[in-house]
Amino acid sequence: MGEVKLMKGNDALAEAAIRCGCDAYFGYPITPQSEVIEYLSREATKRTGMVVLQAESEIGAINMIYGAAGCGKKAMTTSSSPGISLMQEGLSYMASAELPCVLANINRGGPGLGTIQPAQGDYFQSTKGGGHGDYHLLVLAPYNVQEMADFVKLGFELAFKYRTPVMILADGALGQMMEKVELFPQEPRVHIEYPWATTGKPKNGPRRVITSLHLEPEKMEEINIHLQQKYKKMEEEEVRFQTLNLDDAEYVFTAYGLVSRIALKAMDLGRQRGYKIGWIRPITLFPFPKKVFQEISTRVKGILDVEMNAGQMVEDVRLAIEGKTRVEFYGRMGGVVPTPDEILDAFERLFIKGD
Amino acid sequence: MAHENLDVIVEDIVKPENLVYRRPSTLIDVDMHYCPGCGHSTVHKIFMEVVEEMGIQHDIIGVAPVGCSVFAYSYMDVDMHQAPHGRACAVATGIKRVLPDKYVFTYQGDGDLAAIGTNESLHAANRGENILTIFINNAVYGMTSGQMAPTTIEGMITTTSPYGRDVKSMGYPLKFAELIAPLPGVAYVTRQSVHTVPNVRKTKKALQRALEYQRLKLGFCLVEIVTNCPSNWKMNPVESNKFVQNTLLQFYPLGDIKVPEVRV
Ligand SMILES: Cc1ncc(C[n+]2csc(CCOP(=O)(O)OP(=O)(O)O)c2C)c(N)n1
Ligand code: SF4
Ligand SMILES: [Mg+2]
Repeated sequence: MGEVKLMKGNDALAEAAIRCGCDAYFGYPITPQSEVIEYLSREATKRTGMVVLQAESEIGAINMIYGAAGCGKKAMTTSSSPGISLMQEGLSYMASAELPCVLANINRGGPGLGTIQPAQGDYFQSTKGGGHGDYHLLVLAPYNVQEMADFVKLGFELAFKYRTPVMILADGALGQMMEKVELFPQEPRVHIEYPWATTGKPKNGPRRVITSLHLEPEKMEEINIHLQQKYKKMEEEEVRFQTLNLDDAEYVFTAYGLVSRIALKAMDLGRQRGYKIGWIRPITLFPFPKKVFQEISTRVKGILDVEMNAGQMVEDVRLAIEGKTRVEFYGRMGGVVPTPDEILDAFERLFIKGD
Repeated sequence: MAHENLDVIVEDIVKPENLVYRRPSTLIDVDMHYCPGCGHSTVHKIFMEVVEEMGIQHDIIGVAPVGCSVFAYSYMDVDMHQAPHGRACAVATGIKRVLPDKYVFTYQGDGDLAAIGTNESLHAANRGENILTIFINNAVYGMTSGQMAPTTIEGMITTTSPYGRDVKSMGYPLKFAELIAPLPGVAYVTRQSVHTVPNVRKTKKALQRALEYQRLKLGFCLVEIVTNCPSNWKMNPVESNKFVQNTLLQFYPLGDIKVPEVRV
């Protein structure tokens, strides 16, 4: 068993970055995730020689990531909603130029400057591209502090496997709350020479060019087709989700991240009242776990999707279900966190009393 | 016959030992997309000569952001990274921080460096990033066909200042070199041009010095090069070089603005 500690989500994420041999972190402070850059500033360089730099802005940070990732290095950044908006241009470039990186969005309430309380209003931005052009990030949604740590390591594995930016989409509560976490052991920082990385023109080969610019439409379409094939492969191989009580379920609660834990509690309360409720937690938000929803679509009476937004993931649930069962939504916005009782009330109102 | 004689003469002359002017091996042998007479191509050539002469082709990484020179990577035979408009200095920071022993340069236009990218440029300079920024000041947005740039001088006509730049409403031309020179992180700031052969030589020397300073890790180096944009200035190349000499250089005087103490 690895080292077990009581840690804040943000600190666990930062510790995991050091332990997985991350080479560079560039970031800009914003609540509720400033602990990440503070933790790394204290710990990282002295322990592994990792580069940690406070950038002049999130625009600066993501472009530093773009540069460092282009050299084949494990580069990472974190921010929260308004800062992530500023990174969209850079992410679009990185997706197109096929560079790996890990970034975390510790989602806060919006739109605008919004609130510093936890929210899930950035689901669309995270899963549907976010910046300009046809691309996706691979999006991982942790639901506890353990996964805040584990998904950094997993994120880098996937980022390099697919040469794509990977986003960890959490929220302010996951960043701030303390839980027990089992830390994986320190891994060495290793330099790997990738054939695509700009580390100085090889003596026995052509120069490397990192670019997302292709003026001939046919070439640009080719790049797009390649990206789409990559996303298709992710849909085939990288879908992750967790389920409970689906065997006898007549209804299903679905939610991601923090809310999935609240929905789990609501499921328990509902079962005490005699409702046969199951639970699905998407872990990869892109690629979205369509199949598990398709499998239950013909045998359950309904699905309640719960989110801390106006209803975003529910669109993906409905696309997967294709009208084969009822899908209802319950959400709170602006940084308000729903309670298990509220969720159960909504369920009874929407499915039982209306039945 | 006269022309047979000529063949003999040409054969006699074209020998490696007689070569006085050639394309450096670091410059790829393709036609450039730059307009005839444009300063970009001259700067490409002399900079690649410097890279060749210093023997650093395998140890240098360039950043080409958006502007006419976005395709610098089609010509410079070194590892290159294309950057979003204005973000070259941030991308270069990321590269230099993870590869501190490599030479890193950015090649930026005035709009890129001193309008959309002012923040990234200024902060990279202020952090004293050990990078070289080659700043092509042609007083106009070349690539998007001639709009006003932050460096467009007072009264100059562009497509978005069709009656001449009115500084009262459009702001004043920005002297980025003078702006950053006082910063302690900045090692070397010079303003050069390539509109005459002696100036080309001086510019080449400045580029070489800047890379020497980078090797010594002295801090941020800026080589501003006042160039022409014949196409968007609606002039022929000769007229455009005269405009550089008689008008632009009056506002942007040539010479070193800041030089480090060490001799190289
Ligand atoms: C975010 C963004 N905004 C605008 C543009 C359009 N654009 C391309 S090049 C350019 C101006 C380039 O001017 P400059 O940097 O002076 O370079 P030059 O072409 O004159 O060498 C602009 C506005 C862009 N590519 N990206
Ligand atoms: S538009 Fe101007 S800057 Fe661009 S290549 Fe032509 S002359 Fe040079
Ligand atoms: Mg210009």
